[in-house]
Amino acid sequence: MFKKFSAKDDIHSRTNVKSSVQRGLKLKLIEQFPKLENVIDEIIPKKGQLVVIKCTDKLSLYAMDNEVLFYQHFDDPFVPSLKLIHKFADCFPSVTVDRGAIKFILSGANIMCPGLTSKGAALPDVNLPAGTVVAILAEGKETALAVGKLIMDTDEIKKVNKGIGIEVGTHLGDGLWSLEVE
Amino acid sequence: MAEDGRSALPIIYCGVCTFPPEYCEFGGTLQKCKTWLNVEHPDLYDKLYSEDALAKATEGLSLEKQEKVEREIQKLQAKEANRAEKELKKKLSSKVVVKRVERSKRKHVIAVSGVEVFGIDPKKLAKTFASKFATGASVTKNLEGKDEIVIQGDVGDEVEEYVSDLLEEKGLDGVKVERTEDKPKKKSQG
Repeated sequence: MFKKFSAKDDIHSRTNVKSSVQRGLKLKLIEQFPKLENVIDEIIPKKGQLVVIKCTDKLSLYAMDNEVLFYQHFDDPFVPSLKLIHKFADCFPSVTVDRGAIKFILSGANIMCPGLTSKGAALPDVNLPAGTVVAILAEGKETALAVGKLIMDTDEIKKVNKGIGIEVGTHLGDGLWSLEVE
Repeated sequence: MAEDGRSALPIIYCGVCTFPPEYCEFGGTLQKCKTWLNVEHPDLYDKLYSEDALAKATEGLSLEKQEKVEREIQKLQAKEANRAEKELKKKLSSKVVVKRVERSKRKHVIAVSGVEVFGIDPKKLAKTFASKFATGASVTKNLEGKDEIVIQGDVGDEVEEYVSDLLEEKGLDGVKVERTEDKPKKKSQG
């Protein structure tokens, strides 16, 4: 999604988030990612000023202290930025892809089911419903490589093993990764 | 078990390609990344690139696949090196044009174009000019569609000096700053 994203052309406005809205956002985040509850105050401190950056295509980036924390497209669930996932890896559900898929993911491709069910890959035992935002790890690597949304339930992916499994939102080295927020 | 999800090692990002070091091989600058890592974080370097680490990573692949992977990495690096070279050449060959345009008989404006190639933000530069010369400055698009900074008044000399200083600061002191004059008011010859 951030393949061609430049700070100059795609950013329309930058406004502070009202503290009432900020509280609501934190609650929604905890609802979406229950494990965030313990660390949410570290990520978004009570006195911290959250900034929402509006971009083309009804895309909002939520940032604090010049670092994008997560983004939201239309009214879809929030997607954490890669840097946030690197810091708090355990708080987000994750899947592991096969080593051969790394190259394609890093050039923006979506993840096909076979990449998640082959030898090097790993899907969680517990079923994750379609629409869940997951961190994408790679075989043999410790840090997340991308963030995406499940198109099919993980059980379905294991069963059907055909078609697109995960839609990749942001990956290492894309427009969001290299974005410098003033 | 700590609930804060923080892994034992704080996250380090490679200074060359900004990826986590384990993904440096996909960034196209592997050699430079390796040297950087060896200098800054020798323990990580050993972990990733030591003999047995490499052996473990490739044990799943057959010999020909290993060679293929190596060739691909080299191709990526060559492409990246070419791209960096071309960009550098473009930077050195492009120049900043400071043009003096006549607005009316006694009044001139200075149009500065070609600044963006060097990573200078034209809007910020325009503001600096405006406060420095106590006159109006703005960014417009010229005929070619490129951004141009228009400064009111005949401040060409100071602009040239300022811009070359700015470029020197950035390390691009080989760049030319060209002075031209635009005389659009040509009386048509009957």
